[in-house]
Parts: sequence; C-alpha cells; structure tokens
Amino acid sequence: MSRQWVGFAVFAVVMLAVPAVPFIPDYWVTLLAFVGVSSLVALGLVLLTGVGGMTSFGQAAFVGFGAYATALLSTSYGWSPWPTLLVSIAVTAVAALVIGLVTVRLKGHFLPLGTIAWGISFYYLFGNLQFIGAYDGIQGVPPLSIFGTELLSGRAFYPVIWVIVLAAIALTLNLLDSRVGRAIRALRSGAAAAESVGVNIWTAKLAVFVYAAVLAGIAGWLYAHFQRAVTPGAFGLNAGIEYLLMAVVGGAGHVYGAVLGAGIVTILKDLLQDWLPLVFGQGGNYEGIVFGILLVALLQGARTGFWPLLASLFPKPGARRILDAEPLGHEGAGTDNPLLEVREARKTFGGLVAVNDVSFQVKPGEIVGLIGPNGAGKSTTFNLVTGVTRLTAGQIVFRSQTITGLAPARVARRRIARTFQHVKLSPAMTVLDNVAIGAHLRTRAGFFSGMLALDRTEERRIFSEAARQLQRVGLADRMHIEAGALSLGEQRLAEIARALCLDPVLLLLDEPAAGLRHGEKQALATLIETLRDDGMSVLLVEHDMDFVMRLTNHIVVLDFGSKIAEGSPQEVRQNPAVIEAYLGADL
Amino acid sequence: MDGTIALFLIQDGITNGAIYALLAVALVLVFAVTRVILIPQGDFVTFGGLSLAALEMGRVPGSVAMLLALAAGAMVMDLVAARHDFRAKRIGAILLRTLVPAGLISGAVVLLAPLQLGPAVSILLTACLVIPMGPYLYRIAFQPLARASVLVLLIASVGAHLAMTGLGLVFFGAEGYRTAPLIDANFQIGPLFVSAQSLLVIGATVVLLVLLSVFFGRTLIGKALRASAINQRGARIVGISTELSGRVAFAMAAAIGIVSAILIAPLTTLYYDSGFLIGLKGFVAAIIGGLSAYVPAVGAAFALGIVESFSSFWASAFKEVIVFMSILPILLWRSIWSPPHDDEEE
Repeated sequence: MSRQWVGFAVFAVVMLAVPAVPFIPDYWVTLLAFVGVSSLVALGLVLLTGVGGMTSFGQAAFVGFGAYATALLSTSYGWSPWPTLLVSIAVTAVAALVIGLVTVRLKGHFLPLGTIAWGISFYYLFGNLQFIGAYDGIQGVPPLSIFGTELLSGRAFYPVIWVIVLAAIALTLNLLDSRVGRAIRALRSGAAAAESVGVNIWTAKLAVFVYAAVLAGIAGWLYAHFQRAVTPGAFGLNAGIEYLLMAVVGGAGHVYGAVLGAGIVTILKDLLQDWLPLVFGQGGNYEGIVFGILLVALLQGARTGFWPLLASLFPKPGARRILDAEPLGHEGAGTDNPLLEVREARKTFGGLVAVNDVSFQVKPGEIVGLIGPNGAGKSTTFNLVTGVTRLTAGQIVFRSQTITGLAPARVARRRIARTFQHVKLSPAMTVLDNVAIGAHLRTRAGFFSGMLALDRTEERRIFSEAARQLQRVGLADRMHIEAGALSLGEQRLAEIARALCLDPVLLLLDEPAAGLRHGEKQALATLIETLRDDGMSVLLVEHDMDFVMRLTNHIVVLDFGSKIAEGSPQEVRQNPAVIEAYLGADL
Repeated sequence: MDGTIALFLIQDGITNGAIYALLAVALVLVFAVTRVILIPQGDFVTFGGLSLAALEMGRVPGSVAMLLALAAGAMVMDLVAARHDFRAKRIGAILLRTLVPAGLISGAVVLLAPLQLGPAVSILLTACLVIPMGPYLYRIAFQPLARASVLVLLIASVGAHLAMTGLGLVFFGAEGYRTAPLIDANFQIGPLFVSAQSLLVIGATVVLLVLLSVFFGRTLIGKALRASAINQRGARIVGISTELSGRVAFAMAAAIGIVSAILIAPLTTLYYDSGFLIGLKGFVAAIIGGLSAYVPAVGAAFALGIVESFSSFWASAFKEVIVFMSILPILLWRSIWSPPHDDEEE
C-alpha cells in the first residue's frame, strides 16, 4: 500500500472513531459532523478552483439544489430519504451541466463573476418559488433512518456524514491520479499543452464542474436531513463565499486542505458566534468581519493555505514505481507524400499580416527547419498548423486531408504533436505525470473507471511509456521531481517526451535547443535523427543555426510573415535574400 | 399596460439607471487603474447614505467609528511595512496620514453633528468621513497585492466586502433609513408626475460624467491615472506611482459612492447591506462595457435600470433573478469575442 493510502486509512480511522469516544462532548461531535458536510463542498471547490483553476463563488447554490430536491420529495411527496439521494445527485448534476455549459466557457475573471451572478440569482429564485416555501423554506424534513432507527442526534448522524466524506476523498484521490485526473490537473497552468496532446479541455472542465457540484449536492442532501429544515439563506452568495474561504484557508490545491479548511472555518464561525457577541454586545455578523479579514490576510500572506504547513510534518509520498507493462499500441509512420502541406496560409491580426500566404511541404521522414528573424511568423505558423490560431485564409493539408480549422485537440488526433516556445508544463506535477498526459489519446480510461481505480493496468502501461520516453530524451533520473524544479533546457526536453508519448507522425518542435548546453544539444540532435530514422517527420523552429544546418533536410525561411527562401541547407545558406534578412549573420 | 405606466416605468428605470451609471463608472475607473473589481463599491453608497441620515437627525454617524477602524488598519499595515526602519520621523509620517486626519475629521463630526447645520454641511461632513475610507481600504486590502492576478484581487475584494458589510452592521445597526429629499417638489409633464429628486438624479449624473471626462482629459492627475490604466509598468517607469494612482482611484470611487448615496437615499430606504445589490447592478453595467469602456457602461446602466423597472412590473418576485441572469450571456459573448489571452496563471 502506498503512503498516500496509509495516510488515508489513518485519517479514516481517526475520523470514524470520534463519535465512539465517550468523553468527546455531543457539542463537538455535532460540530465535526457539520465540518464533514462542509468538507464535501470544499472538496469540490478544491478540485474546481485549486486543481482546475475555476474559481466559484456560487457553490452554495448546488448545495441548495441537493437540499431542496430531497426536502421537497420527502415532505410533500412522502418519499423515504434514502432514494432521494439519487434524485438530489441527479438534480444537481443536471443543473450543473446546464450552468456549467455556459460557465466553463467564461474566460479569466469573467468566470468567477459569472458564478457570483448565478449564485445570487439562485438565492432569489429559491426565495421566490412558492412550491419550495419561498423565503420560509421547507420545515419538518424527516430524519434519515438505518434499519428502522432514526438518526436524530449528531452522534448518530455523524457516521453517515463521514463515511460519505471519506468515500468522496478516496474517489477523488483516485480520480486525480488517473488519465482524466491528470488532464484536469493540467487545466490550470497547462491547458494549451493538454489540448495539444488531444485533451478536450471543455469536457475536462465541464466534468470537474459537474463533479464539484454533485459533491455539493450530496452535502445539501445531508444538510437537509441533518438540520431537518431548508431555508434559502443557507444557499446564498455569503454561504458560497464561506465555502470558497474554506478552500482557500485549507489550501486550494489539496484534497485534505478541504477538510482542514472546512474544519477551521466551521469551528471558527461557531466560536465567533458564541463569543464575539459577548465582547461587542448583541447582534451583528461578526464572523463576516473576521472571515473577510482572514480571506484578505491569507491572500496577502499565505496564498497556499494552511495544508502545506501541516503536510510538511508528514512523510512525503514516495516516488511512483514504474512497473513492466505491455507497451501502448504503436501505429506506423505516415507514407503520404507530402505528409504536411501548408497552402498559402495567411493570418492577420487587425492590420498586421503575421503570416503572409506562406506555402511549404513536409515530406515523410524529413526534418524541415523553419527559420527567420524574431517576429518572422514562425510560431504563428506553428499555431496555424496545430489549430491554436485560426487561419485567415489558406489551407493546411495533412496526409491528404484538410485539417484547416480543426481545434488543437482534433489536430492531435491526426498524430501531430508539438512543443511550445514558452514551455507549458504544470509546475506542481511531477515530470512523469506531465509526460504521461501525452499518452491521453492512446488510452481510454474514463472519469468513472479512474474514480473507481479500474484503470490500473492501463495506468501501468501509460507510466511505462512515459518513463521510456523520458529515458529517450535523457531525463530518466529527473522524472520524479516537480516539473517546476527542472532547468529551462530540461523542461524543453520534458515537453519533447510528452509529445513523443502521443506516438506522433509529425513532430513540431518550437526552439527545442534553446537553453540547452552544448552536450545536451548534441544528444538532442542525435535523438531527432533517430526519430527521423524511425520514420517520423519533424518540423522545427530554431535559432541555433549550427543545429538547424546540421540536422535538417530542408529549410523554409520566413521574414516579416513572408516566405523569402526555401531549399536545402546549402541553398539557403547562399541565398542573398536570406543573408540580407539576417544582416550578415553567419550562416 | 398603458402608455402612462410605460412612461412611469421608463422614468423610474432611468432614475435608477443613472445611479447604476455612476457606480459603473466608478467600477470601470477602479478596475482600469488597479485591476481590482471593487465589490465593496456599494458599501461606500450605504455608508454615505446612512451617514447623511444620521447627520440629518443630529446624531453622530457610525461612519466615524468605521473611518477610525480603517485608519487604524492602514496604520498597522504601514507600521508592519516599516518594521525594519523604525525612526521617529517615519512613524510620525505614518501617523500623519492615518490616525491624525481620521481623528481630526471624527472630532469635527462629533462636535458638529448635534448642531444640525443643514444639508450642505451634512454632505460636506459625509464626504470627509467616507472619501478617506477609499484610500485606507486600498492600503489595507489591495496595495500589498498590487502585482497579483485579477482573480486574486477579486477574491480579496469579496473578502473586503464581507468585512466592510459586517462592520457596517456593527457601526450603523440593522435599522434602515431614508433621508429627506434635497428638493421636495413634483411636476406634471403631460400625463406623468416627475419628482424633482429624479430630475436631480439624472442631472447630477450627467454633470458628474462630464466632470469626470474633463478630469481624465485635461488634468495631470487624470492623465496619470489613464496612463496607469493603459500600462502600469510603463506608468511606473515615467514616475507615476502605482500606490498613488491606486489611492486616488479608490478615493474617487468613494466620492462617486457618496454622490450616488445623496441621490438615492431620499428615494429608497438604505440598510447596512443595501449597497451590495445596488453596487452589483452598477457592476453588471460595467461588465457589459467590458470593464474597460465608460460610454458603453453608462449606456448599459440606463438599459439595465429600464429592464429592472419593467421586470419589477411584470414579475416583481423574479426581478433580481432576471437582472443577474442577464449578465451571463454577456459574459459568454465577451469571453468568446475577447482576444485570446493566457488565462493561465503562474
């Protein structure tokens, strides 16, 4: 058993033992039960905000969907509470799907603003719908019962809550350590990279959004039967802000940070509500003041929250073991000639012509260099080929089929892989995990099989492939450290390993040798030659002329967006237009 | 619905829209200069309105305590920042810009409040109380985050709002107030009764918008603010301090909040937390303008006021739902058509 699961087991035993310990007063057991309910919501937010990079102030609304669904069914329609759990989950999931379709498309700060907008709207909606009791809410929700025993006290209800919380934590840990989970983890700082290896980032974002909402919906179901009453006030924007505060306090990137944050905020709120009125006199929303100040102070002083401080007391999880596994499927090289054809590609940004009717070809098993001074349009050309940027006019044809206008994830399916001029790795993930994302399209495990750990055979194959590619680029001894700790040159190599995990027919390398030392450049050149000899075609942008001249079969020269020359390294070297463009640079 | 009702609703919508327009301008201003999405903007309106109401009744307003609290907070932040260099001169300077002015203003208000010197003095005192809250708030919550992402600033802004509203309840109490109209008169234009106060609202908004455009177009500090808005680093290089422009922007936001309060307090009862919803509507308008353009934001504010007044006629219970949900398509449209930029943060 890995250290992660030893830690989980210890945590589970401790949390489940709480109500059995007689000297812990009922008050604290009940409070910890509430911590459990909030932990579920905060756990969703950790995934959504900390891992997926989508900040939501509206999570309380989903708690509301779950709570109202069960409250309505179990009071007005006489359902027993257990089957309504499924209804609560379904209602929340559908609501989240609809809201998520709009929300995940929002960019930057528009996204949290959108969550504020629907967060407020749902509060007013709950408060004005007569059939769910408007602002009075629904009273007299029946308690849960197990084998005929009604769970009325906090002590009796506690195990139900914490079994669900622990299950959610276990499933979430599994999910994060799966094919879909790695895609989700890449959303925050490496979305473009994930897209370039075929991850559909909209689906990944929507999945995480719905998952977070369903956790909130389950929390709502628990809340309704624990509190035995549902009122809209608990699902308004302020509640949403409190849930977000929990995630920030705990540490928005960590699963246990959710529990820690929920614990700190819930207990603090309770203490503040008990003590501050005694200090300041009656009345007042004192916890709001403290929470507001706490939130601002955390952002100023400890943006990673408290969990990392606590986690440093425990042993670090060990390195992942790479086990022998059946290799992932490998498809043959492309034989279409030309493999890639760029036909009069044109891109304008307003009045600026970044790429001006550029045409060139890449033949199978050929290394083509794309060179030119800064601002010549080389990276834009890369982006046009890989679908990151839309063509203004022209065509991209790959293996005799047009790929013009395809999204990056679709281009990746044609087995075109790339690296980036500005390296795009997720710095907090290990090098190995970053590279493993590259195998996304060669594997199948979905959301649920990841969550239930049914994907372990495939996972072994993924990691054995990732390790093999890292070995190839010469990073075998660096694979278990965080990607952020690599030097820039090593990060470029890691990107190449990730691209190779796609099993590409065509590999696009954007300045692969920048930041490498001489010996490393030699090794890289050898690697690229080996790839070519295996039948792969390579298109590379590079400023190191020795590197380009030595390696390529064919060179395309761009200047101010236009192609000024093309030919063999020898021809290009002697071309007067090229020499002029480089102003005497030694070719 | 007949024509009279429609005209009435439009009039009502334009009056509210004028207030939203002012707030939208303040939000655009603050966002452009500091990248802060100022959720507490509405709190300035509340504090202004409730201070006016208290002064009108000859009471010492809760904003005295609020100002002292914020000044003390700013002082603590300054002292912490100066902890490696504790010289008497430096500490003196810190006191001179925090507790001393706040104390003097508070003292003046405590002395003058019971005398009930009339609306002009009340407005002056309110301005002295509330305007400095802007820079102090900036100092406490946002100055240390000046280089953080818009997202972090937004979360901090929500935190600041939470604390400000909580303090508002402590200092002003839960009771709502409405002030006497500055001009108490009604006119009849055709079939329509128009209150002088609503004309004042619209007139004052227009005047303020004109003054702001003169400020940004003609004055040095206005130009400096515009420069910071366009390129913060560039502005720093030519000697425009980020901190100074931040404080000025926040002071202006507080001032615009007071103007809105003067205009709106006679029309609606203000509670300690009413500002939030009013501010958010200004905010919806500001977003329609992409948080960067004044004219579309003002236009959107009037449109929003009219949408709101019609929806309160047809579906009053769902007025807020309609208003806030209407922002989602706009956000979506803005997201799709805004130039591709790196959302990804470090």
